[in-house]
Amino acid sequence: MINFQNVSKNYDGLVALKDVDFKIEAQEFVSIAGKSGAGKSTIVKLLTSEEKPTKGRIFFKNIEVNKIKNSALPYYRRHIGVIFQDFRLLQYKTAAENVAFALEASGWKQKDINELVPQALDMVGVYNRANAFPYQLSGGEKQRVAIARAMVNHPEIIIADEPTGNLDPYNTWEIIKLLLKINELGTTILLATHDKEIINSLNKRVITLEEGRIIRDEPNGKYILA
Amino acid sequence: MFTIISRIIYYGFKNFQRNNWLSVTTIIIMVLALIVFNSLVVFQFITASAINSIENKIDITAYFKPTTSEDEILSIKSALGDLPQVKDIYYISRDQALSNFEAQHQNDQTIIQALNEIGTNPLEASLEIKAKNPSQYGEIASYLDNPSISQYIDTVSYAQNQSIIDRLIKIISTINQLGLIITIVLALTATLVVFNTIRLAIYSNRDEISIMRVVGASNILTRGPYIIEGIIYGIISAIISIFLVWPLLYFISPYLNTFIPNLNIMSYFWGNFLILLSYQLIFGIILGAFSSFIAVQKYLKN
Repeated sequence: MINFQNVSKNYDGLVALKDVDFKIEAQEFVSIAGKSGAGKSTIVKLLTSEEKPTKGRIFFKNIEVNKIKNSALPYYRRHIGVIFQDFRLLQYKTAAENVAFALEASGWKQKDINELVPQALDMVGVYNRANAFPYQLSGGEKQRVAIARAMVNHPEIIIADEPTGNLDPYNTWEIIKLLLKINELGTTILLATHDKEIINSLNKRVITLEEGRIIRDEPNGKYILA
Repeated sequence: MFTIISRIIYYGFKNFQRNNWLSVTTIIIMVLALIVFNSLVVFQFITASAINSIENKIDITAYFKPTTSEDEILSIKSALGDLPQVKDIYYISRDQALSNFEAQHQNDQTIIQALNEIGTNPLEASLEIKAKNPSQYGEIASYLDNPSISQYIDTVSYAQNQSIIDRLIKIISTINQLGLIITIVLALTATLVVFNTIRLAIYSNRDEISIMRVVGASNILTRGPYIIEGIIYGIISAIISIFLVWPLLYFISPYLNTFIPNLNIMSYFWGNFLILLSYQLIFGIILGAFSSFIAVQKYLKN
């Protein structure tokens, strides 16, 4: 489903990724581990096409991500749901409107939106906060809304970039459980994190990055750094 | 398409309402700019009527020798009427000049008595000529200098008033040019200030824009609500500013009248209310929408 072919990325001469090469199959749950600055966020940004690779090719199914034109980007991004460490909710929209916006962006009908949004909010457990604005929500609630937004139009993959970085241990586990649940329902998950405990308890595939290179790629991996 | 448009309009209004602090400051700046714009239109009108009232007072009068017959004067009048520079000519016969004179001095017994003692009409027939443009009096005067006409003419008022007329012409053209320069500079400044205010408002929304992009919103859906917001700014500001200008004009109107007696600024305001309002609406809406469009563009790059 996702295929990185010898991808390198430099920022003004600074090497962020070096010859990164991996594949992710549909319905997999893959963690990308590594210290801050190892290149996890760069992989996420290349996948969402916020950045273009300096070298190499990136495929999402049969779409070559690095060649998508600016005007076609919105259509591509509707296939993927993204979750961020800082939540990135629209601050002038309520929780429900934030989730609805992902559907509006894809051109869904209002009738369907009115049905899907409460379902998504209910699934992540913030149904009762539907009309609250982001500044009225706790960190855990914000991230749940962000997850609801990421999954509401049934994307084929959800990319989570340090989704628990700003959360307490209780909410961290709740968010991880949600991601596992979404994965069980058939969505591919790519989780970038530096949280050792999460990775060790997941017992799923782990790709470990160090200074922009893949140093390990194991099916039931642990968090091990040299 | 209809769903997109209705969503864009809906969110334009929603953003406007939820961004209220930012909306209010932007509108205040825009109202100030529109008042400047408004004042410029009114200023143009005031100078135009001031110039007009001065121009109307300038004329050139040819006084004919008493021996000249009325037919000769009238043929000269029709010849003058063919000149492209001439706007109006009034013929004042000797009798009419006398009755005008008497009417003007009816309360002055010494003059009336003196007139009676002369017994005959001492006044000359004259042609009062108005040019289309004050700068053309020189040409008309030189036409009157032509021997075929000048043989009948006693005096021409232009020669006496030439220096005053020339000076007035200079003042008028300076006021016109100065007014134009001030108008352009102030209108440009106001436009830039509004543009920059809206740019700052959208700068504070740059994260929102990038989030919308990541969620997969098209450029139209991302940018549309901001343009609607810009249009709302324009409409509200236009309405506020015209209702601020109204009492302002009402207040300055008596002062203006002491300078230009025939100027009725309030009747001009009400007579042109719809035109003034639509000017401002057009200016405000275009400025608001265009500024938003340009400002958002920058954040749609990736």
